[in-house]
Amino acid sequence: MTLTRFVTKSAFRNRRRSILTVLSITFSLLLLTLMMTVWRGFYIDKGSVESARRLITRHRVSLTQSMPIYYREKIRTVPGVVAVVPTQWFGGLYMDDKPEHFFAQFGTDPNEIFNVMTDFKIPPDQLADWQRDQAGAVVDSELAKKFGWKIGDRVVIKGTIFPVNPELTIRGIFVAPQPSITMYFNWKYVEEAVSFAKGTAGTFGILADSAEDVPKVAAGVDAMFRNAPQPTKTESEKAFQLGFINSIGNVKAFILSICFAVLFATLLVSANTMAMSIRERTREVAVLKTLGFTRQSVLRLYVGEAVMVALIGGVAGCLLATLLVEVLKQAPRMGFFFLGMKVTSLTSLLAISVAAIVGLLSAVVPAYHAAKLDIVEGLRYIG
Amino acid sequence: MAIPISYNIRNLKLRKGLTIMTALGIALTVTTAVFLMALLAGLQRAFVASGDPLNVLVMRKGSTAELSGGFDASLFPTLKTLPGIAKDNNGDPIASGEWVVVAVLPRRDGTGDVNVTVRGLMPEGLTLRPKAKLVQGRWFTTGQREVVVGKSIHDRFSGVNVGDSMDFAKGRWNVVGVFDSGGTAYDSEIWGDFNQIAADFDRTGGMGSAYLRATDPATAEALKNRVSDDQRLKLEGTLETDYYQKQTSSGGPIKYIGFLVAIIMAVGSSFAAMNTMYAAVAYRAREIATLRVIGFSRPSILTSFVLEALLLSLLGAAVGIVLMLPFNGMSTGVGNNVTFSETVFSLHMTIGVVVMAVIFAIGMGLLGGFAPAYHAARQEILAALRG
Repeated sequence: MTLTRFVTKSAFRNRRRSILTVLSITFSLLLLTLMMTVWRGFYIDKGSVESARRLITRHRVSLTQSMPIYYREKIRTVPGVVAVVPTQWFGGLYMDDKPEHFFAQFGTDPNEIFNVMTDFKIPPDQLADWQRDQAGAVVDSELAKKFGWKIGDRVVIKGTIFPVNPELTIRGIFVAPQPSITMYFNWKYVEEAVSFAKGTAGTFGILADSAEDVPKVAAGVDAMFRNAPQPTKTESEKAFQLGFINSIGNVKAFILSICFAVLFATLLVSANTMAMSIRERTREVAVLKTLGFTRQSVLRLYVGEAVMVALIGGVAGCLLATLLVEVLKQAPRMGFFFLGMKVTSLTSLLAISVAAIVGLLSAVVPAYHAAKLDIVEGLRYIG
Repeated sequence: MAIPISYNIRNLKLRKGLTIMTALGIALTVTTAVFLMALLAGLQRAFVASGDPLNVLVMRKGSTAELSGGFDASLFPTLKTLPGIAKDNNGDPIASGEWVVVAVLPRRDGTGDVNVTVRGLMPEGLTLRPKAKLVQGRWFTTGQREVVVGKSIHDRFSGVNVGDSMDFAKGRWNVVGVFDSGGTAYDSEIWGDFNQIAADFDRTGGMGSAYLRATDPATAEALKNRVSDDQRLKLEGTLETDYYQKQTSSGGPIKYIGFLVAIIMAVGSSFAAMNTMYAAVAYRAREIATLRVIGFSRPSILTSFVLEALLLSLLGAAVGIVLMLPFNGMSTGVGNNVTFSETVFSLHMTIGVVVMAVIFAIGMGLLGGFAPAYHAARQEILAALRG
């Protein structure tokens, strides 16, 4: 019998206990993987190569202040700028004000939006249809799926910021690398109905020559409007999105504290099990030693056992987390929170390594005691 | 006959290490749950307490938030003449035209910029918010570039002490006072003169919203309907309490993610508790058989072991709640999806939260304790005695 086989056998000699321990570790690791995935989605994921080339310009004071539309042509003259498109948050209601019916609507310029959002894929004929129809709209495939919309469907949105209720026809469905619940429509529609909306833009989306040009473009745009009545703030698309996440509260501390609580709880559970199972086998350890097993091999035996149980829990936890993220993406109440998030292989690998380390740590003390055990004492031990 | 509870307590004491480790595991889960519930309770309090049942908020028809409103200022005199509005000492109706705008401030700890709500209000706006009390300095003067800041703003941002000046919109504003509205959403606002704010944010000639103070709650309801039904105005009235009740939904993501985290952790901890209880049962197999021989029935053994699991989880709950106590009252911010700015609220461990935590722990104890207890009660006496 090899050492590995011996470890496997002893890990599952008390099947119920091992299964319960595995399950407990599974759920802890599920949570840990989930939190790491959220963390990655928020802070590490840089988005697509194209996304790294994009910037967003807004009014320096706040997002809710508009800028004059003539800024667009001025921004175009900044070196490194390839394309500029105005977008305006419409903030209308679809059907009613229930959160599950919420989606983002932006008024924009159909002729240039896809030149900035170069990684959004839309069939050319659909794009042409939209550009021809001023009352047309294009929607993200995720949003189309959510409401079961098809091309040609009519959608009425009730304005809240702007007193107009656009009646739009869906002319195209686009696919973005980061799916979202977003609709774009022609801003002219609102401009013609609402006088104060005329000639304004909430933000400008900019496509830079290359990712390296982004800081230069940002500085260039802001310098141009520094002394204008409406000064601007330009930042990379990622930084702009992070601003929104930060507004949910101190998310970093929130995720970290949950991760630590989970880790510590897992360590406790695993250490508990190992202590129980090794104490139970005190006499057996003595027998192993009389048979000639060295301290090292006894140590290895028990540590190996703990690591194995923890690893099984870790792998199961990662698999469950992958499944759960998929389910959460579809959950109506979660909205757009989990969209675009994915348990990557790196995250899984990290989670499984954490599980292995927890197993290792949990076994060290009890296994060390077992290895040090005096043979005669051990043989006398009655559980 | 029931087995005395002291039997369980002694057993837990005997296996100290195991008891402490399991209880700590449960405690961590309870702590997490208490943290999340206290967060939600604090949020709820901040929003619900903000509304005054006597105040009617008037916005343009169709608009759902003060920030997205905007109507012609010429409608305001008509609004003021509506019956049901309370009068101040001079006999003038208590009504305030207001603008709510957003400005960007740097966080005190240097972790970036945050959107905060700036409210421009008329002097009557202070009269109709009796909850807001000045704690430092004085109120702003009409016609001056002066602001008073809410307590949460004062605590969380730098450069907002009385005597400091702030830079937003078109220039400098002098901070002349700090007010406290008792932990409500107003504490996360900056208040200044209506006309000054309107001018700085290019909004002269209009107003974002208007507040009318009714003489009593029943009149408030009638006043609200009168505003909404008046065809000349094209405005809509909402009770301030209803308006804030709706904003509680800003905590939505925290709520659902919190539930998810608490449930996953609880399931994991239940399995751990189950493990401990199974070990306790296995360890005492002969003892249980002896109890049966003496005459204790199966149900009483079942009850005894379930009780032991409950004791274990209650110990965990107690430790968990105590662990959270130092954090009670700690404040944090949440992005308000109605005002697009941060509303500060504090962790609020209400009695309800503590009760919920105990119930949560009992649930874990039952989940983890029942199967092992059942197993103990079903043991074959003879086999167990032979060991």
